[in-house]
Amino acid sequence: MEPILIAEGLTRHFGRLVAVDHLDLTVYRGEVFGFLGPNGAGKTTTIRLLNGILRPTEGRATLLGFDVATQGDAVRRYTGVLTENPSLYEHLTARENLRFYGDVYGYPEEKLPARIEAVLEAMGLADRADEPVGAYSKGMKQRLAIGKALLHEPPILFLDEPTAGLDPAAARAVTAMIAQLSHQEGRTIFLCTHNLTEAQRLCDRVGVINRGVLQAVGAPADLARQLWSGLRVEMDLHSEPSGAVWAAIKAHRGVRQASLVDGKVRLELESEEAIPGVIAAIVSAGGRIYSVMPEEHTLEEIYFEIQGANGASLEERK
Amino acid sequence: MRRWNWRAIRAVMRKDLQQVRQNRMVWLPMILVPAILDIVLPCVMAILPSLAPQDFASGSADLAEFFKVLPPSLQRTLGSLSPVQQWVYVSLNFMFAPMFLIVPLMVSSILAADSLVGERERKTLEGLLYTPMTDGEIFIAKVLVSFVPACFIELASFAGYGLVANAAGYRVMGRVFFPAATWWPLVLWLGPAVSMMGLGVTVLISSKAKTFMQAQQTAGVLVLPMVFLMIGQMTGLFFLGVGAILAAGFVAWLVGAWLVWIGARTFSRGELIVRV
Ligand SMILES: Nc1ncnc2c1ncn2[C@@H]1O[C@H](COP(=O)(O)OP(=O)(O)O)[C@@H](O)[C@H]1O
Ligand SMILES: [Mg+2]
Repeated sequence: MEPILIAEGLTRHFGRLVAVDHLDLTVYRGEVFGFLGPNGAGKTTTIRLLNGILRPTEGRATLLGFDVATQGDAVRRYTGVLTENPSLYEHLTARENLRFYGDVYGYPEEKLPARIEAVLEAMGLADRADEPVGAYSKGMKQRLAIGKALLHEPPILFLDEPTAGLDPAAARAVTAMIAQLSHQEGRTIFLCTHNLTEAQRLCDRVGVINRGVLQAVGAPADLARQLWSGLRVEMDLHSEPSGAVWAAIKAHRGVRQASLVDGKVRLELESEEAIPGVIAAIVSAGGRIYSVMPEEHTLEEIYFEIQGANGASLEERK
Repeated sequence: MRRWNWRAIRAVMRKDLQQVRQNRMVWLPMILVPAILDIVLPCVMAILPSLAPQDFASGSADLAEFFKVLPPSLQRTLGSLSPVQQWVYVSLNFMFAPMFLIVPLMVSSILAADSLVGERERKTLEGLLYTPMTDGEIFIAKVLVSFVPACFIELASFAGYGLVANAAGYRVMGRVFFPAATWWPLVLWLGPAVSMMGLGVTVLISSKAKTFMQAQQTAGVLVLPMVFLMIGQMTGLFFLGVGAILAAGFVAWLVGAWLVWIGARTFSRGELIVRV
């Protein structure tokens, strides 16, 4: 896997506050990386640092090999950013907004009109492209802002809380749009959010940040494995197992615990590898298995396990 | 250093000018002030003698003071004119000339405030900071979008004033009498310099001001030196001849360029982003 973004000890202070604290992070080309954390965790500050518009107090980061602190202008040619505030010109139409950003980003002039049409089409705004953006709904503005961030076809896209403040239907449309954009043409997406359902649906890997400190990084399944040793499996035998079956289960290697919950057998195993053996033991003891369900940890469980008491946002703690 | 990206600079300028139309606080004074200067003022001055004929028949006492500070060549020109003609010639050509500088000053200051503070107020500055435009390019765009229209409006206003003044005074003068020679350095040299100064002050104010209105109120003090020049000229304290105008212009250019240079040095993303 080819790294597209590397941060080493990246730090930013605001007075005495440490907004981002020695961040070490690598993001790989083509992945959707979720940057999760409560309000005030340092997500937006990180995006600003990585785009070279805020100077780090300490540490460094490179994006496509360019140093973000000294080669910011080059870095920004390859990034597209959806800011928390959509940064659209309300008196201009959608098409005029895109035209403006196309000029500013130096998109090839002869190809720009076709590119604008394609983006408007992809964002579902083609039929309202000539209305002033001020008349748009919040969801439409957000989609246009994503289109704006994508217009110059950047290899890496930063999305800062793309569904914050949207109603559920608009949020769903935006999430669907991001899902469509991800894993296309090698595009990398850096998604900041505190919406865990959204992150679960979209992200290949996540980093959890709180109070400027990165607490954990990895694919959700890997994080779950680190957090909870062993694996929980639920088996449906359609009836309470006989004594022989219980004995076979409990005697099997790799089984730490077995119990009956809601008429189903719940096992705690040392690893996945124990599953086939346990099934064989039950069957040979005369048990009949109707289903086997390894219990997965949701990103939400993982997140709160990592954050622990820290999970509360800064505001709540104050 | 790589070359300026003019396509991006033009795009920002175009966008900022389109924005001007949206805010009455921005465009109204830029139309109203030149209109008053161009139309109302010359008409009133030209009509005044016919409203009070006896005051003008023997030559106005007020003008006597004024005449004393005039250069000899101008005194000779005036000597061959009737009192009413003297009044029209002097009032339209000289009395309010310094006031005319308010136009470039005000326009550049308003546009700079709208372009710099307004963009932040409308929460679109952050989007601009994330683009590959360099700090210098953004700054140049913001400076040009204030300076260039200020010069255009100044020239247009001058042309308008000239037309109205000549038309209003024609009955008395019987010839085209405007502009006197002092207008050329005033309009082409001092005016742009003053607009550069207004721009420089507004750039510096803009880094602190939170709203367009706040920036405008602070920049309003710039009108004071113009008022001083006007009162000085009207009361005969001094006369702004070609030499004085060239010298004043020189000083204004230096001060303006110095202010803009300080503004340019402190204009950086890193500073702007923490205040968006
Ligand atoms: N310009 C600034 N000046 C002072 N403090 C700031 C500034 N920007 C952010 N902060 C502080 O840094 C911390 C992280 O903020 P931010 O990166 O916006 O968090 P997030 O995007 O995760 O909600 C917060 O405590 C915030 O108040
Ligand atoms: Mg944020």
